[in-house]
Amino acid sequence: MPSLSRDDVAHLAMLARIELTDAELDRMLGELSVILDAVAVVQQAPTEGIEPMSHPLPLVNVTRPDEVRPGLTAAQALSGAPEADQQRFSVPRILTDD
Amino acid sequence: MTHDLTRWSAARLADALGRREISAVEVTQAHLDRTAAVDGAVHSYLHVDTRGALEQAKAVDDARTSGAELHVMAGVPVAVKDVVATQGLPTTCGSRILAGWVPPYDATLVSKLRAAGMPILGKTNMDEFAMGSSTEHSAFGPSRNPWDLDRIPGGSGGGSSSVLASFQAPLAVGTDTGGSIRQPAAVTGTVGTKPTYGGVSRYGLVALASSLDQAGPCGRTVLDTAMLHAVIGGYDPRDSTSIHAPVPAVVRAAQSADVTGLRVGVVRQLTGEGYQPGVQARFDEAVALLVDAGAEVVEVDCPNFAYALAAYYLILPSEASSNLARFDAMRYGLRVLPEGIDDPSAEQVMAATREAGFGAEVKRRIILGTYALSSGYYDAYYGQAQKVRRLIADDFTRAFEAADVLVSPTAPTTAFRIGEKLDDPMAMYLNDVATIPANLAGIPGMSLPSGLADEDGLPTGFQILAPATHDDRLYAVGSALERQLVSRWGGRLLERIPELVPAGGSDDQHAGATMGMAR
Amino acid sequence: MTDLTAQQDVQAGDEVGSTIESAPQAVMSWQETVAAYDPVLGLEVHVELGTATKMFCGCPTAFGAEPNSQVCPVCLGLPGSLPVVNEIGVESAIRIGLALNCTIAPWCRFARKNYFYPDMPKNFQTSQYDEPIAFDGWLDVDLDDGTVYRVLIERAHMEEDTGKSLHVGGATGRIHGAEFSLVDYNRAGIPLIEIVTKPMTGAGERAPEIARAYVTAVRDLLRALGVSDVKMEQGSLRCDANVSLRQRTKKPEAQADVAFGTRTETKNVNSLRSVERAVRYEMTRHAAILAAGGSILQETRHWHEDTGVTTSGREKSDAEDYRYFPEPDLVPIAPTVQLVERLRTTLPEPPAARRRRLQATWGFSDLEMRDVLNAGAVELIEATVAAGGTPAGARKWWSGEIARRANVEGRELADMGVTPLDVAGLDGLVQEGRLNDSMARQVLDGVLAGEGDPRAVADARGLALVSDDGALAAAVDLVLAANPQLVDKIRAGKVQAAGALIGQVMKAMTGQADAAKVRALILDRVAQ
Repeated sequence: MPSLSRDDVAHLAMLARIELTDAELDRMLGELSVILDAVAVVQQAPTEGIEPMSHPLPLVNVTRPDEVRPGLTAAQALSGAPEADQQRFSVPRILTDD
Repeated sequence: MTHDLTRWSAARLADALGRREISAVEVTQAHLDRTAAVDGAVHSYLHVDTRGALEQAKAVDDARTSGAELHVMAGVPVAVKDVVATQGLPTTCGSRILAGWVPPYDATLVSKLRAAGMPILGKTNMDEFAMGSSTEHSAFGPSRNPWDLDRIPGGSGGGSSSVLASFQAPLAVGTDTGGSIRQPAAVTGTVGTKPTYGGVSRYGLVALASSLDQAGPCGRTVLDTAMLHAVIGGYDPRDSTSIHAPVPAVVRAAQSADVTGLRVGVVRQLTGEGYQPGVQARFDEAVALLVDAGAEVVEVDCPNFAYALAAYYLILPSEASSNLARFDAMRYGLRVLPEGIDDPSAEQVMAATREAGFGAEVKRRIILGTYALSSGYYDAYYGQAQKVRRLIADDFTRAFEAADVLVSPTAPTTAFRIGEKLDDPMAMYLNDVATIPANLAGIPGMSLPSGLADEDGLPTGFQILAPATHDDRLYAVGSALERQLVSRWGGRLLERIPELVPAGGSDDQHAGATMGMAR
Repeated sequence: MTDLTAQQDVQAGDEVGSTIESAPQAVMSWQETVAAYDPVLGLEVHVELGTATKMFCGCPTAFGAEPNSQVCPVCLGLPGSLPVVNEIGVESAIRIGLALNCTIAPWCRFARKNYFYPDMPKNFQTSQYDEPIAFDGWLDVDLDDGTVYRVLIERAHMEEDTGKSLHVGGATGRIHGAEFSLVDYNRAGIPLIEIVTKPMTGAGERAPEIARAYVTAVRDLLRALGVSDVKMEQGSLRCDANVSLRQRTKKPEAQADVAFGTRTETKNVNSLRSVERAVRYEMTRHAAILAAGGSILQETRHWHEDTGVTTSGREKSDAEDYRYFPEPDLVPIAPTVQLVERLRTTLPEPPAARRRRLQATWGFSDLEMRDVLNAGAVELIEATVAAGGTPAGARKWWSGEIARRANVEGRELADMGVTPLDVAGLDGLVQEGRLNDSMARQVLDGVLAGEGDPRAVADARGLALVSDDGALAAAVDLVLAANPQLVDKIRAGKVQAAGALIGQVMKAMTGQADAAKVRALILDRVAQ
C-alpha cells in the first residue's frame, strides 16, 4: 500500500476545507498511517466476484408524488444564518468561476 | 417499593399515569429535580428543557382530565440524544460547530414522541457527531459513568446511557452507527436496541454515516425499551430508506419472553480471545440461562467478521466526510474568520471555521474518508469495503439459517477509565468490534445487562442479533434472559448502583463505586 | 468531454461580473482556421424540468419568487434532512432518454458529487455518475441546407440545481473593500437533466452551425415533450460547449486517426445564437494559439454575449476531485419494462418527422418550409389551419407579414398579439373575396390595435371589395375613355400597358376593388 506523505494529508485537508495547523498535520500523518495500515486488511478479503453493497436493504424505486408540501418561511430558513441581508444568506466573497 | 418516581420503570409510570394515580407534571418534575441534583456530577445533558417538558406534561394532564383518548406512553418523559433535530431546542451533536443551533423543524421520531405526549426532558451528551465510544470527544466535556464517575459511560450515546443509569430519565433515544446505543448500554447496566436499518426514520437525525445510522430506544428494562421502540418506529415517507411495514410486535414479544425451541447461535468470532474474562464469564452464564429458559444453543461461524472493523472504518469516514461537508459557516452554525487575512474569501472562512469548529476525532475521520473516496484510491478502499460489507451480510444470512438469533458479548471490556484510550484511536475503535457487523448488514441488535465483571465490579453487556425486520425476537430473548437474571440476582442490576450524592459534593464520594456484589 | 472525473459543471456565479483578462486574445481568421484545423465538439445541455416541486423535496419551483421563500430543511441542506426522489422527475428523465433514442438503464443510482461551493447547501450535488438513467442515444439534426447531421448522445442523467448568488461590493461596489455575496436557495434542488453528447467529429467548418442546430433541436424536443419551458434567457435551458481542434489531414479518411486536442469548456452560453458564435470564437482562438506553437489550457471559459469573446474561468485543476460515491440516502432507481413502455406511448412525434409530415400535408416547397422553420411558425400555422385557415394563407401571414413585423419589433411571433384564430379569420376574408391583400393588412393593423377580431375590424373600418359590377364597369369605362393611347397599345399586343389602367381604376375605387377583376374587365372591354 502506498504510504501517505505530509503533502498528501495537506491536500486532503484542502479538499475537505480544513485549515490544519502544522502540528495537526504532523500528528494526523502519524495517526492516519496507523489507521490506514489497519483498514488495508479489507484488501485481503475474498471479494472476487462479490458485488459491492451500498445499501443495507434491497429497496428500489422509492419516490414521492410531485406535490407541493409546505416548507419553511424565509425567516425560519434564515434563522440560523451567521449573517443575512435582503432576505438572503450573506456569505464572504466567493472566489468566482470567471 | 420506592415512592421515588425516578426509580420506576417506564411501564409502571405509564400504567400509573393511565390510572391517574400520578400526574405527568409530577413525574416530569421528579426527573427534573433529579437532574438538578446529580447532573453536575454525571453530565448526561447538554441542554435541559425544563419549561418545554413541563408544558408537555401539563398538556397531557389536562387532556387526561378532559377525558381525551391518550397514547399509552403519554406523560412518560424521555431524553433525546443531541444528534436528533428538535424544533425550538438546541441541537449541537456535541460539536462546537453547531453550538447554539436551533433547528426550525422536528425529526420524525421527535414528532412521534410529541404526538404520543411524551415530555422531552432535554438533549443528551454524545461524542462529537457520534464519533467515539466514550463521550470524551464531546466538545462540551465527557459524560460520566454513574457506576464509577472516573469511567466512561460508553459512546457515542454516553449521555443517553448515563441519563438512565443515574435515574434522570426513564427512557432515552439514542443512535447507533457502529454500536453507539448498545455499547453504552453494556457499560452502564442498561438496555438499548439498534432496530433494523430503516425501522426508525432517520429524518431529522444528523447523519454520521447514512447507510449505517439507526436511531433506537434505550431503557432500564427490556419491556420499557420495547415500549419506546413502538413509539418511535415505523414507516416515514420522508426517509427513502424507511421500511414500508408496521413496527414488529416488540412489546408483545417483550411481554411473552418466550424462547421455547428457539435456536440461539453463539458467534465463534465474537467470543473468547480479546474479551475481558469477567465479560466472557457473564456471557457464558447468560447463554446457559437461555438454555434453562427453553432455548437451544448452536455455534455459528462468521469468518468475514475479521474484516468488519476495517470495512466499517472506511465506510463510515467516507460517508461522514460527505455528510459533514455542509458545516461550512454559510447557512447556520459557527462562523470563524481566519486570523491575519483581510477580506477573507468564503473558502478561507469555511476552512478556518471547520478547523476551529471540529474536534480532532472528527477531523481525523473526515480526512480519512476524503482519502478513501479520492480518485485512485476508491476501488482499493471504499469499493473494497463495500464488497466486504456484502461478505458480512452473507455471513449473517448463513448464520441465520442455523440460528434464529445470534448472541455475543456487547463490548470486549467493561467501562474503561476516562482518558485511558484517548490518545490511541485504534484502541478506541476496537471497542466496537462486536457491534459493528450488525450495522454493516442492517440487522437489529440489542444489548442488555448480563451482570458485573468479577475483576472490576462493573456492568457487562449481552448482545442479541436477529435477522432484518425480526426485531421482535430481540425482545423475546432479551426479556426471557432478563427474567432469569433478575430472579437469580433477586432484583435488578441497577438497584446495586452506588448512590450519587447530589451536586455540590466532592468527587471522592465515588471512590467506592465499585462494590463486590453477588451476581 | 465525458471524462467523469474531470467533469466540471459548477453552475455558480451566474450573476458574477467578469474578471478582465490582461490582454485581448488573438484569433485566427475563420477561413484559415477551418483550412488548417478539424474541430471536435461536445455539448452539455442542462435543462430545468418543469415539475411542480423540486427533485428531492416538496418545495415549489416557480421562477421569480421572493428570495428563500421556496425552501425547506431538505433543499437548504439542514442537518438531519433527507431527500426523496420526485416521481415525475424520474419519468421526465426517462421520457427525455427515450426521445433521444437512448437505452434506459434497468437499474441505476444517484451519486454524490463532492465539492464546496456556497450556493450548494450540502456541499455535494446529488447527481448521477457512472450509472446514468439513459445512455447511448442519438438525435438527428436538420441543417439549413436540408442535410441531416446525427449527433450521438453519451448520456442523460438526473441531478439538482444550485442556489443563486448575488455578488456585492468589491471594486465597483458601494462600500470600499466590503465584498460579499448574497445567496438565495429557491433554485437549489430544482430538477436538472444533463444531456451530454459524444464527441462530435466530421463537422468541419459547419461545427458552429451544427452546435446551434443541435441545441435548437434539443430545445424543440424538450418543448414537444412538455418537460420544461426551455427558456434560455431564464436559465431553464443552459449549454456548455466543449471545443478542441486537431490538425487537419490532407486525406480526409486519415482524419479520424488524429488524436483529439485539448478542449476548453465554454459556459454562460445563453442563447441559440451564442452557441454558434461561441463555438466559432473558440475555434479561432484555439487556432491562433496552436498556429503560434502554443498549447491550449484545459479550462472553463465564460462567454460574453455583448463583446462576443470568451474569457478564462477557473483553471481545471488536477486538485479537483469530486469523490463520487453512491448516494446512501436514496435507493436505486430500477424502471420496470412496463413503466418504460407506458412512457414510450406518451412520446410526441419526433420534431423532424413531424416537420416532414406537415410539409407534405400542407404542400409546401422545401424553400417555403425553411422560411416557416426560420420564422418559428410551425406550431402557429398548425393552429391556424386547425382553426379553418388554408395552409398557404397561414404560411403567407405567419412567415410573411407577421414575421416581418415581429422582426422589426424584436418580438416573438407568438407574442405579437395576433392569434391563430385571427389569422384564420383574416385568411377566410381574403378567400371569400371580401378583402384584397392591402385591405387585409389594414385589418391586421386593427387586430393588433385591439379593435377586435378580423371581421369586426373589417366591418368597423368599412373595408370590403366593391361587389357592385355596375359601378366597377363605369369606372373602367371612364378610365378607358380618358386613355385612348394606352388602349391602342393594348390592342397592339402590349398587354402590360394594362397595369397603368388598373392602377387608375383602383385609385378611382379608393382601393376597394379586386385588382384581378379590374384587369379582366379592362381586357374584356379593349377586346370588344
